[in-house]
Amino acid sequence: MISEEAIKQMVQQIIEQVTTEKTETFQDNTSEGTTTQIVSTMDDNLKDLTEVKMQDYFQVPAPENKASYLSLKKNTPARVGIWRTGARYTTDTLLRFRADHAVAMDAVFTYVSETLLEEMQLFSVNTLCGDKDEYITRPDLGRKFSEETLEMIKERCVKAPQVQIYVSDGLSSTAIEANIKDILPSIMQGLQNEGLKVGTPFFVKHGRVPAMDVISETLDAEVTVVLIGERPGLATGESMSCYMAYRGKVGMPESRRTVISNIHNGGTSATEAGAHIAEIVKEMIKQKASGLDLKL
Amino acid sequence: MRENILSVGIDIGTSTTQLVFSKFTIENTASVIAIPKIQIIDKEVIYRSNIHFTPLLSETKINGDAVREIIESEYKKAAISFEKVDTGAVIITGETARKENANEILNTLSGMAGDFVVATAGPDLESIIAGKGAGAEKISKEKNATVANLDIGGGTTNIAVFRNGEVIDTACLDIGGRLIKFEGNSSKVSYISNKMKILAEDMGLEVQIGKIMEMKEVDALCQRMASILAESIGILPATPLLDKMLTGTPLKHQGIINYISFSGGVADCILNKGSENPLLYGDIGVTLGKAIGASDWLENCQVLEAVETIGATVVGAGTHTTEISGSTITIAPSLLPMKNIPILRLTSEDEMLEDEKLSHRITEKLNWFSLENGGQMVALAMKGIKNPNFQQVQRLSKAIIRGMKARLAEKEPIVIVVENDMAKILGQAIHAHLVEKIDVICIDTIKVDNGDYIDIGKPLANGKVVPVIIKTLVFNY
Repeated sequence: MISEEAIKQMVQQIIEQVTTEKTETFQDNTSEGTTTQIVSTMDDNLKDLTEVKMQDYFQVPAPENKASYLSLKKNTPARVGIWRTGARYTTDTLLRFRADHAVAMDAVFTYVSETLLEEMQLFSVNTLCGDKDEYITRPDLGRKFSEETLEMIKERCVKAPQVQIYVSDGLSSTAIEANIKDILPSIMQGLQNEGLKVGTPFFVKHGRVPAMDVISETLDAEVTVVLIGERPGLATGESMSCYMAYRGKVGMPESRRTVISNIHNGGTSATEAGAHIAEIVKEMIKQKASGLDLKL
Repeated sequence: MRENILSVGIDIGTSTTQLVFSKFTIENTASVIAIPKIQIIDKEVIYRSNIHFTPLLSETKINGDAVREIIESEYKKAAISFEKVDTGAVIITGETARKENANEILNTLSGMAGDFVVATAGPDLESIIAGKGAGAEKISKEKNATVANLDIGGGTTNIAVFRNGEVIDTACLDIGGRLIKFEGNSSKVSYISNKMKILAEDMGLEVQIGKIMEMKEVDALCQRMASILAESIGILPATPLLDKMLTGTPLKHQGIINYISFSGGVADCILNKGSENPLLYGDIGVTLGKAIGASDWLENCQVLEAVETIGATVVGAGTHTTEISGSTITIAPSLLPMKNIPILRLTSEDEMLEDEKLSHRITEKLNWFSLENGGQMVALAMKGIKNPNFQQVQRLSKAIIRGMKARLAEKEPIVIVVENDMAKILGQAIHAHLVEKIDVICIDTIKVDNGDYIDIGKPLANGKVVPVIIKTLVFNY
């Protein structure tokens, strides 16, 4: 979620810009009365613009058939029915757009909180990326670990598990914060029901998807599962993917990965997705295959 | 990834017996990287039978052998063997449903027609099926409007009201085209139903078997029947006679009805304004149709042409009774298909309860249910939670297990039907918390209510979904 502080700042900046311009023009004609306007924009009760779902955001002033339009809008988070002023967006729509964009930026640039990792009992390791900027600009480093890190993983994890699950921030820490508490236990429960041996779950910071191949080789896992934040868009910053591979190897073709994407509140719920993932893993072990080779 | 399902619809009505075969195409409409979403993407009627008169042995008995022969001959003509039929419904409608051997015939036919072909009856269900077959449901959704479909058959008129694609109300009247029959080409009455006698009496007319009716009298009678139809959907103020003509409760829907459509055999005579012989079928059907078509009240209504008229019920039975469950579910394939499982639905207040309280409520309701219905198997239905978190699911599953304890002791499988997409995790959680292994069937994206019965078919699409038929016997508004 976007922090309230960030929106406030943004809204304040914009409004200040607008009002200063106004103030200047006003000052040519009138003398007083404009300062109070600026004060009123300092209001603490600014609402979170992203609270209303895009599907419910409807600005057409005199719709012929609102119910019909809204039922069409249910099918897409696209910005339709947002109205306009002249050829431009209305202020509200523009602010909403920027707020959604800010949510996406936050998702990429924040970190998963330590408290959450502790609560989930996940120890944390880092790829070769030093910070978010390096993570963004050097995808090659986001799939590699140092020798020390690999040693630590070996030390702390159960060797040669049937299923190795780990969690990674990827391009959205928000997605991990939103889903992990529900999806991880859900997958675990499903695998347990099937009597599968699950390794020690942990967390990888600054991780790209192919990092899973290194982990798979290091721990000699039969199936490796990574829960990773998806590149956020303007619809949601909370979307998470799950990539799975049978006997993952560094340099293997991408077609050997099985993926379940769009796990978030507006897509597939984390718990239901978890149960589904557990079943796919079971099939992978049964068929000894993943990706396009796996017949579901 | 496409798969075809063959469905049969058989309608044994007051006057006619018909059969259609339809082909459904199911496909995973989600992308390869998403959770599957298997849907019916196409329905096509591939064979229509002739329209046969329903064979009767007497006024109270259906000729089962003759009905069987009709159906067997139509299967042969269509070159379809019984084993090839995946799903479908046999429905016995109108006055025929009240014949003494109706149930017996219905059940033998459903077994003969295919493995998962179900037997259904009941005026409310008939109204819904006919309304769907006539296209009223679809058009109400497309137009975001309220549409009433009147299926006027030989014995009854079945009314279903749809709003935005959902059925909101049904009613049934003893008004139809064959409630008075004539001998040969004359207007000498050979049959008159009890309700028609009441109607005639009310109008001061004397009609009994053997009487030669004047056309004027037939016209008057039919005009009165037409106006009762208008009363039933609130276009004309209700008269005391309306109550007498209703087979059950009247429509509860008081709001605006935007459009009306007509189906059933009589519907063809409403639109056909030609000077057809009124005694063509030896009954009052043609006259009734014309009387409706000529009614003053009709001019103020927006009438939509039904996509099916005389075939609405049979097409509805063949194409609108089967649904597909959600694509992430928990099943026990060896138990399927299951037929005629009554629904016990928790109320939304029940669902707000937690843990022990919810368990008690489930036990309590199951006990009431057993008292009324005996210890037969039951499916527990609920709305469920949208985007449930893990803990919520665990608590719900434990509450269900505790609540069903007595039934579990009997090794009875757990059958759960939820509306929200949570069947796979709920089933998984129940499995995890069960001390002894018991079969669990938990399906979602299916909306059912108390009084419904549900049939769950063999899994399709490599076990991802099951076909489901919901039989609404009591329609609670």
